[in-house]
Amino acid sequence: MKLMKYMIPGILFGIVMTKSEAVSWFRIQEMFRFESFHMYGIIGTAVILAAIMTWLIKKYQGKTLSGDQIVFNPKNMSVPRYLIGGIIFGLGWAMTGACPGPMFTLVGHGAWTILLVIASAIAGTYAYGALKSKLPH
Amino acid sequence: MNFIEFVSQPWHWSVSGAVIVFVMFLLLWFGGNFGASSNLRTLCAIGGAGKQVDFFKFNWKGQMWNLVFIGSAIIGGYLATTVFASPEPVQIAQETQEYLSTLGVSTPQTIEEGNGYLPQEIFAVKNLLSGRNLVIILVGGFLVGFGARYAGGCTSGHAISGLSNLQLPSLIAVIGFFIGGLLMTWLIIPFLFTI
Repeated sequence: MKLMKYMIPGILFGIVMTKSEAVSWFRIQEMFRFESFHMYGIIGTAVILAAIMTWLIKKYQGKTLSGDQIVFNPKNMSVPRYLIGGIIFGLGWAMTGACPGPMFTLVGHGAWTILLVIASAIAGTYAYGALKSKLPH
Repeated sequence: MNFIEFVSQPWHWSVSGAVIVFVMFLLLWFGGNFGASSNLRTLCAIGGAGKQVDFFKFNWKGQMWNLVFIGSAIIGGYLATTVFASPEPVQIAQETQEYLSTLGVSTPQTIEEGNGYLPQEIFAVKNLLSGRNLVIILVGGFLVGFGARYAGGCTSGHAISGLSNLQLPSLIAVIGFFIGGLLMTWLIIPFLFTI
């Protein structure tokens, strides 16, 4: 039952991904062709507001609902891991027009072929896990 | 204009960005964090992948909250296209529409023609048996899953959570997202649509 509360941000996330049109394959093409500010506006607003929120939570030692300190884990530094992984992700993002959040949202639209995209993304995740030790990190 | 009509309009980018951060706030407040792609790893682990690959041997029950979150996004997607369905299709820039028409991808002009989220020429079930569409769907999905885990996050985890926490690794990842996205958009997609 403690997990049920996560339905609130989840439902809101599906609504905002749709109403912002970030789920649109057309919007992703438009973004990578630099023909509209729309997607940059969404991500830019989110980054700036999230940065202010993160700074405030750190400064005032924000607590979770259950009273624990909210922590932000720093990421380990590496160049190849983030650059190569990022390029592979970007190729897939521009191809399918969907990053993982929108993929799930689109299932709710009744876009059934997205289930194949999700299945392939799970297969890709599995392949990464299997090859992890052989890849530069 | 009543409440439902008001919410049903396409949202301005600044409103959208603010609501995304509110979603992130709720996740942090509940004790979670904002990152969609780690659910794909959790799904592998639930499917038993930990028996073969150590990367999937972790306490996935501790990630159930994130599955509830992303599963609920499906409900949100349903509500946003039914109760709060937009009265008009996505308004794409004229230049993008003209370019896409040269590839044979039409942009819906009226809501009767489509909502403008996914191009029918690629994603309609009846067009699934085209080799090109299968490549886009299967290879594209694979690259998203592989790349997100290799980079340790996707748009939510790196571009929003990571950049807002001033993480240099996330900036490198986002630069990577753009290198890959530009290569796909400017070189590979046009090539796939001409063969």
